[in-house]
Amino acid sequence: MAFMKRNLNGSRRHPMAAILVIAAGLAVSGGGYAAATAAVETAKPVTAAASAAQVDEGHKLFLANCASCHGKNAEGTPNAPSLIGVGAAAAEFQVDTGRMPGQASGPQLMVKPVQFTGDEIDAIAAYVGSLAPGPAIPTDAQLAANGDATRGGELFRINCAMCHNAVGAGGALTQGKYAPALTHTKADHIYEAMLTGPQNMPVFNDANLTPTDKKDIITYLTYVQTHGSAGGYELGNLGPVVEGLFVWIFALGFIIAITIWLGAKSN
Amino acid sequence: MSTAVNTQKKGGFLAGTANYLDERVGVAGILKEFGRKIFPDHWSFMLGEVALYSFFVLLLSGTFLTFFFQPAMTPVIYDGVYGPLKGAEMSIAYASTLDISFEVRGGLLMRQVHHWAALLFVAAAGLHMLRVFFTGAFRKPREINWVVGFMLFVLGMAAGFTGYSLPDDLLSGNGLRIIDGMIKGLPVIGAYTSSLLFGGEFPGEQIVARLYGLHILLVPALILIFIVIHLFMVVIHKHTHYSGPGRKDTNVVGYPLMPVYVAKAGGFFFIVFGVIMLIAATFTINPVWNYGGYDPSPVSAGTQPDWYIGFLDGALRLAPSHLEVTAGGVTWAWNILLPMLVGVGFLAVVALYPFLEAWVTGDKREHHVLDRPRNAPTRTAIGAAGVTFYAALWAGASTDLIATNFLLSLNNVLVSIQILLIVAPIIAYIITKRVCLSLQRKDREIALHGRESGRIIRMPHGEYIEVHEPLDAFEQYKLVDFKDYQPTLARPNAQGKITVRARLRAGLSRFYFEDRIAPVTQGELDAAHHDHAPAVTEAPKKKAVTAAKKPAAKKPAAKKPAAKK
Repeated sequence: MAFMKRNLNGSRRHPMAAILVIAAGLAVSGGGYAAATAAVETAKPVTAAASAAQVDEGHKLFLANCASCHGKNAEGTPNAPSLIGVGAAAAEFQVDTGRMPGQASGPQLMVKPVQFTGDEIDAIAAYVGSLAPGPAIPTDAQLAANGDATRGGELFRINCAMCHNAVGAGGALTQGKYAPALTHTKADHIYEAMLTGPQNMPVFNDANLTPTDKKDIITYLTYVQTHGSAGGYELGNLGPVVEGLFVWIFALGFIIAITIWLGAKSN
Repeated sequence: MSTAVNTQKKGGFLAGTANYLDERVGVAGILKEFGRKIFPDHWSFMLGEVALYSFFVLLLSGTFLTFFFQPAMTPVIYDGVYGPLKGAEMSIAYASTLDISFEVRGGLLMRQVHHWAALLFVAAAGLHMLRVFFTGAFRKPREINWVVGFMLFVLGMAAGFTGYSLPDDLLSGNGLRIIDGMIKGLPVIGAYTSSLLFGGEFPGEQIVARLYGLHILLVPALILIFIVIHLFMVVIHKHTHYSGPGRKDTNVVGYPLMPVYVAKAGGFFFIVFGVIMLIAATFTINPVWNYGGYDPSPVSAGTQPDWYIGFLDGALRLAPSHLEVTAGGVTWAWNILLPMLVGVGFLAVVALYPFLEAWVTGDKREHHVLDRPRNAPTRTAIGAAGVTFYAALWAGASTDLIATNFLLSLNNVLVSIQILLIVAPIIAYIITKRVCLSLQRKDREIALHGRESGRIIRMPHGEYIEVHEPLDAFEQYKLVDFKDYQPTLARPNAQGKITVRARLRAGLSRFYFEDRIAPVTQGELDAAHHDHAPAVTEAPKKKAVTAAKKPAAKKPAAKKPAAKK
């Protein structure tokens, strides 16, 4: 501010002023850019070029926790599929939702408490991703819920609703398998599930549903997740069966209680 | 001034009006006739009222909805306030439903009132039918009124289904698609009927307007007519009552319509209305905005009809697959025809049951005193089997939700319900019949010996006995007052031949009344008052037996101690 003061006083500009201004400008913009990049890096540590150290760490975790079923080199065993080429997205989806490591064999692996820290999951994903080219973890830009909800809703009804229900309340598949409810699923997991087709879900690759389509679907689901029903308590969004049970048990039950009260002999 | 004029006491404005009306439309005669109608007091007699009041609520809320709903399938681009549908192409019907939900003041509440009231209407009617069935209120002279009530139930389903399809959303469109498939499954006429109904290939652009006409005009008009007939017959027949002292087939014991029931029923209407409003204001029903406009390609998981159509949907789901037969160049889709036959057949049995039972019993007497369900064991057991059958079909419509919510295999759930559909009614029949007979035995025991008081006393000579408290006359009346039917034999007709019909009837009569507990006779009661009569006299098979009067071994009179008081 000193040079501005002098300027106002009418005195000649200091010869170093211009240089100082340029230096300050460069420092601010350069430093800001570096800081912003760093911030982005910390938010998204797993990039396409995962560090060798991270892959190493992932390999160790893999050997300790996953290799008994998936094989020492992730080549697969009769108990579990090969992970070569499934991509970092598949690994992150399975481990970050708690589905992997699997607890018991059954029709379908169920969601359970996550077994690893965020860094460990990133390392495992980086290792699996390093085995062969495969779907990468989506970027924040791809996950931002700022697409077209209307289009997303339409795409969701056409591509997803037959298993997941029109508002993602979940649905049944054959032989004990099921499409889970999406009422609390995070955007990155939705994206990764579409990319990798976990368990019984088909793969919706980028040729099938473009990244824009996926973004729109995430926008729609985020809207549904964050906006409750305008009509009151939702009864699980499970449709007419729940409404029928409700009317028989609660509405009619309540009214019968009243009829018994009205019909009771006064004494 | 006025007091000066009133030299004669006239009774003021009310009396004046009453007189005015009486001189013109004979209101006194009407009031005298209807105001003195007697209705007995029991909670189970109010279930039909619940259905009636729900119907009033439906008329009121439905009228409100017609002000804003546009029954047209012309495509428009939605430009309302609901974010995730803005800019979507949809029919005017769906767009106007969204507008009712989000933009019309009170519209969403009215939609929810209408839909909850519809569910309650059919549920209350169904429960009322069950009450009438299990108490034998359908017997002469009320058989025709049973059929009228049955028609109301079916019309309720029709009103519900036509209304369910009006918003033209994905859920209701899928429901219509199933109806379309069922119609097309009919041999020969199927394709033509579907084409006529939908005005071309499904879904066409006609169906919403057509269903709207049915929903707001024809079906409610028919329901109103049948309600009038139903209530008119209640007035003609007079109401039934449960057995009790002084209650006979020739009288009705209760309170008059004016003023007791006018007040009670009027108040009850507002209670029912209030309950519906409370539920509609707090619980979402049919959130149409979730489903999007109808598009024939997507089918959402968890697509179900409203509860009263559930048993038909369940029948479809439970039907074995691969039943198509091609005969004479026509495909007979038995996987669709069979469930339709099951559904229609079930309803037909329900409608015709009173006539069947009347034929079997051959009872031509009028019945105004209701049966306790236990005193008609076979009928009660048949009812329980029917309820179980219906429940299995009903559960069949929610196989997917049962599977996901209880972590079961969808296939196993489906097969289990298929088995239950056949087996469970038989088990329910057997259990219910045995329970009824046991309850009758218990009633007999209590009528003859009084209630066990739990008080053990020691007699002077050292014997321990439990004191039984005798019943008062009112309680005893309920236990002993019921009609006793006995199996009839197949008798030869005028030509001396025993027809197949007679054999069938005798067989059914045996099926109904072979196992029975005879009511306590006065003789037994008198005997029991002096000493202990046999607690249970089961009638020997096939043979009609009035309770045997077994002179029990004389015991000291002191053995029957008086009650505590």
